[in-house]
Amino acid sequence: MWSSRGHGARIAALTVIGTAIVLPLVVFVLGPNMPPGKGTTVASSQVTDNTVLLVVMTPFTVFILVYLVYAVVAFRAKPGESLVDGAPLRGHFRAQLAWLVSTTAAVLFLAIFGTTELLADNGAGGGSGPNPVTKPGGAVLPVQVIGQQWEFTYRYPTYGGVETATLVVPVGREIAFHVTSLDAIHSFWAYELGVKADANPGVDNVAYVKPEKVASFHIRCAELCGLWHGYMSDTGYVVSDATFASWIKARQRQFAPIMKYLPKYATSYTPDPPFRAG
Amino acid sequence: MRRRRLVEFNLLTGVVLGVVGFYVGWWLGHLVKAPSLDYFDDTGQNDIALFVAYFTGVIGFLVGLGFANYPVQRMLGRPPSLREKETEGAGRYFRLCTDHKVVGIQYLIGIGAFIFIGGLNAMLIRFELLRPTHLAWNGNNYLTLVGLHGTMMMGMMTSGILGPFANYFVPLMIGARRMAFPRIEALTFWLLMAAGTILMTALAFGGFPTGWTGYAPLSEQANMGMDAYIAFFALVGLSMTLLGLNMLATVITMRAPGLSWSRLPIFVWGTVSTSVLMLLAAPVLISTLFMLALDRTAQTTFFDSQAGGSPYLYENLFWIFGHPEVYILALPGMGIVLELLPVFARKPLWGYRLAVTGMLGIALLSFLVWQHHLFVSGINADLRPFYMLSTELISLPTGFIFVCALGTLWAGRIRLTVPMLFALAWIFNFLVGGLSGVFLSDVPSDVTTHGSFFSMAHFHYTIMGGLIFAFFGAVYYWVPKMTGFELDERLAKIHFWVMFVAFNSTFGPLLVIGFLGMPRRVVTYAGYLQGANDWVSVSAFVLGASMLVFVANLVWSQVFARVPAAANPWGSKSIEFQLPSPVPVHDFDRIPTFGPDPYPYGGVEDAGFDGRRPVISPARPTP
Repeated sequence: MWSSRGHGARIAALTVIGTAIVLPLVVFVLGPNMPPGKGTTVASSQVTDNTVLLVVMTPFTVFILVYLVYAVVAFRAKPGESLVDGAPLRGHFRAQLAWLVSTTAAVLFLAIFGTTELLADNGAGGGSGPNPVTKPGGAVLPVQVIGQQWEFTYRYPTYGGVETATLVVPVGREIAFHVTSLDAIHSFWAYELGVKADANPGVDNVAYVKPEKVASFHIRCAELCGLWHGYMSDTGYVVSDATFASWIKARQRQFAPIMKYLPKYATSYTPDPPFRAG
Repeated sequence: MRRRRLVEFNLLTGVVLGVVGFYVGWWLGHLVKAPSLDYFDDTGQNDIALFVAYFTGVIGFLVGLGFANYPVQRMLGRPPSLREKETEGAGRYFRLCTDHKVVGIQYLIGIGAFIFIGGLNAMLIRFELLRPTHLAWNGNNYLTLVGLHGTMMMGMMTSGILGPFANYFVPLMIGARRMAFPRIEALTFWLLMAAGTILMTALAFGGFPTGWTGYAPLSEQANMGMDAYIAFFALVGLSMTLLGLNMLATVITMRAPGLSWSRLPIFVWGTVSTSVLMLLAAPVLISTLFMLALDRTAQTTFFDSQAGGSPYLYENLFWIFGHPEVYILALPGMGIVLELLPVFARKPLWGYRLAVTGMLGIALLSFLVWQHHLFVSGINADLRPFYMLSTELISLPTGFIFVCALGTLWAGRIRLTVPMLFALAWIFNFLVGGLSGVFLSDVPSDVTTHGSFFSMAHFHYTIMGGLIFAFFGAVYYWVPKMTGFELDERLAKIHFWVMFVAFNSTFGPLLVIGFLGMPRRVVTYAGYLQGANDWVSVSAFVLGASMLVFVANLVWSQVFARVPAAANPWGSKSIEFQLPSPVPVHDFDRIPTFGPDPYPYGGVEDAGFDGRRPVISPARPTP
């Protein structure tokens, strides 16, 4: 039988070694590849956030797994052994205190870190309600996202309120998505942008993002909204400023004849018909 | 001498009166006419009739089972003459019976059947997801499967451990011969059976599209299957409230001499903390669903944003119930695991007070975190840091449970029996579940993971990997005690290993798939995720097959092989194992008294309860 002190030392050593092996892998291999990629400022900070969470978790995870495997191997009763009791240990004040202190420190660190990230990134790409507490300084391009069963349409209020079926945004400019719904609750999830905001009827839910790469991105509805929820997906595009200017000009020309039929731009719309749709 | 009755009250009369009640209510409901309800006339949809039918159907079912007999006889001034206290025969399992042991076994089989149906739904869901495009089910049927799976599991598993095992063993563990309210105890079970049947009738009314959350306004648009969801969950809520009330009353008032709070076995503490949550959270669910039902029938507008209501109100109310609900699912599992580890490590529970603090801390904090389900909804956005903090704080009491589990293993004499394997697997699974939960609690990370397969995989790790694994640990630990017949150990080990590997092979990849951008509850998905989804589906089928191994084991060993179980096969020092298998009808010859230590392992022979000397004499014949 190994000595009790030896067990503790071995578990500690294995934990340190395991953490030393896993941590660099987390930081340098897994971390940079964490979703949702680095296409926008908020997406990059979500990647950082995911990496930090993994780093904080790593030592605890390694410790618990090492302990679990070690305990099952080292403290296992021999096969056929008659019932022998283990040591009547009922607790260990210092071990419990150490656990309490370390988990509390980790939790408080994560909460403070998450809050700073949330405020620094103006809601970190998440829907922040009609009046976000932090807003980006400088010029912002508003784009309205209107969810309905079962598609998204997009309005550009600063371009005469033109409404399109495709989402196109310029690179390098701060975008404010104003997400609302005509019927059920939807959720506008632009995966590579790192944006997710619920579309509630009668609510203007704002999410900020600044695209940094010209690329296409996936859009999916992330809140169950009825029959064709599974088909409510779309592709959006981040394009250069010049491309965006010409694209929006073409859309304005294209839709000029029907603009008078569209409701005036507003932060929310009354659905029609107002009652059960399905 | 019992007078011979014209009609015996049992399950058959219950079902007959239930069906009769349903159709009477259906007819009555169609008599309701009002100008504001003309809307229903041309839709072929009559929610009022269906709600009335469910109500009268449940009343008929309960009357048919004999629940009205006692109050009616007492009102007429006659002695109650129900056979609810009968002591033997298989018939008592098909009647209203107030023996806590009979109710426990009824729960095990009844709930098990509905959970099996819920599991079959999961298999059908995974079958559809073998292809990124349409394969077998249309959109409506797929969503109905998703809704039935989620609702059935969330509804039935709330009582998955408290129903069978707490009803059976808490009275024994506290040295009582019954629960505080035995008739209510039976009522909680039969309400669940009525509820499960009602949920299945959703299929006859076009299914429902909302999943288990039932978010308005989608649930207000939905067709009549939605009413089945509402009736189901309201009945489950009622059952939970009564179960929690009954458990608390029992543990508070009926503990045997010497059994102070600090001497309770940890499973009783798990039951107590769960019961507190049930008693406080489930009524919110009932009220919320009542409002939803009024919106659907009486044209109130609680959740209609065009008429002064708010969908946020539903989300808020639902999650005020819904987050305690997930701890109603987690806490009994923790209780089971901490109860099993001392037995199979042959040690006292390490850090008993810390574990109790952890359970009560979880119960308290679980009421303060509900808006983390709404981080991106735009509601109370300024309060997100608070909910982030409170959610992350819950890892502290959860950490207490972990450290107590790990500490109990320290320097033990670990025997890897089947219940112990399930308990150890719980530690691993719940670790993964807890760590993945940290991503969901952190707002910037939640922006990607919210509403994705990641969150789905996360709560399957905590509920299936946590609760269901603990449930099976309890099944293998206690069922021989309950029925008196052993379970086959070889089949049990096959069950465990297939289940453990297939479970992780199913839900581990789902964490990744969610991170890669696949939302929950979708019938189609991006083509590049097909390989991973096929892997998950095949693993899920293997996971389903492992359940068949369990069912085969249960049927074979309990119906055909019938090897009598020893009184104490595990060498447990818990009181129920000092009684014969199965436990005799009157439980104890005399009420036991308890010493200071619920886990007297490790050479402290006299510290435990007095019951280690036989509390039932072998000489006395058991009825």
